Amino acid sequence: MSATPTTGSQTIGPYWHLLEEPEWADLTRFGATGELITLTGTIRDGDGALVTDACVEIWQASPPASDVFQGWGRARTDTDGRFSFRTLKPGPVPGRGNALQAPHIAITILARGILIAIHTRAYFAGEKQNELDPLLTMIEEPARRSTLIAEPTTPGVWNLDIRLQGEGETVFLDI
Amino acid sequence: MSDNPNDPVPFRPYVPDTQPLNDTPSYGSTHKRHPTQKLIRLPHTITETTGPRFSADKYGAIMDLSTAVGGQAIGERIIVHGTITDEDGRPVPHTMVEIWQANATGRYNHPGDTHDAPLDPHFFGKGRVYTDENGYYKFITIKPGAYPWGNHYNAWRPNHIHYSYFGPGFASRLITQMYFPGDPLLELDPIYQCIPDLAARERLVSKFDISITEPNWALGYRFDVVLRGRGATPMETN
Ligand SMILES: [Fe+2]
Repeated sequence: MSATPTTGSQTIGPYWHLLEEPEWADLTRFGATGELITLTGTIRDGDGALVTDACVEIWQASPPASDVFQGWGRARTDTDGRFSFRTLKPGPVPGRGNALQAPHIAITILARGILIAIHTRAYFAGEKQNELDPLLTMIEEPARRSTLIAEPTTPGVWNLDIRLQGEGETVFLDI
Repeated sequence: MSDNPNDPVPFRPYVPDTQPLNDTPSYGSTHKRHPTQKLIRLPHTITETTGPRFSADKYGAIMDLSTAVGGQAIGERIIVHGTITDEDGRPVPHTMVEIWQANATGRYNHPGDTHDAPLDPHFFGKGRVYTDENGYYKFITIKPGAYPWGNHYNAWRPNHIHYSYFGPGFASRLITQMYFPGDPLLELDPIYQCIPDLAARERLVSKFDISITEPNWALGYRFDVVLRGRGATPMETN
């Protein structure tokens, strides 16, 4: 069987909002129950300017997908460069080998000026498993590691600010 | 890290030069938006190998973009079809395809689009289809117009349709653009040109297809798409 490489990626551009369904930012909208949380944050570029036209998508393998919880959502960054999702707090999931991964949410960032999807993760401050997580333990500098860790602000609200480039640049993943 | 027979089969790494770099200086918007630190290579876990499932009962299909609000859009009506397979040629069945595009004048139905070209009350430019069990999809639209953009002096985007694909896992997500054969703007477009490998680039150009063209009604184009395959080739698993 001859192999054909994956089709090339192109930018999502500035007009992707034609696809937007605002309710997709609420992963609990089909009646999911569990520990409800808000995951929010801003996105900034290399100048520290807010990115106000991004498409942010999240995916979580925990809790397992079901009829009432799809585990996936999409949100825009607004005029304040902020995205916001309503979801369920994930639990730990298996890693490779016999490792356990700390609770996390996978994040995809798509925007004008981004030619191929940028990936990162949100972990949760204070989780005991963070210290043993295979990805977090791969990152030696504490300041870099902290770019993946959402902090609680008000009860049930977790904030993760993302910096695409420059000072405090977020750790991005080659998946 | 010890092996575990239950480890998920990872998606295959991209073939070199078939994907763009986010650091592409000819495309101005990349300058402040590309990461400069080395990406961390993450061996795939279930977070990367599994992904969302979409179906038409929750997210209804929009197969015909060429009519809206009880009227037909202005422009050249076209039929676009093709298959979605993985890198080994296996169909990707029942996967959602999202579609968006400018109207025939090159204007998006989007508040951010300030191009001085008319909107069309009968064209929204949004579609959503699903592949069948053989990875086949089809939709009807009008051919989008070219439009100017601010990247450099006299910059024009070639005619294109935007697509979003999911495939079987988080790591198989793909956003791309489909172009039209013979477009003189392709050669000048930094977004199209950002893919280094010529053959990979040319696969973004649809092919005119007389077999799907409907007499007295619409021209047909074919656009076949490949999503990531799994790490183990069929040979290795045998
Ligand atoms: Fe476009």
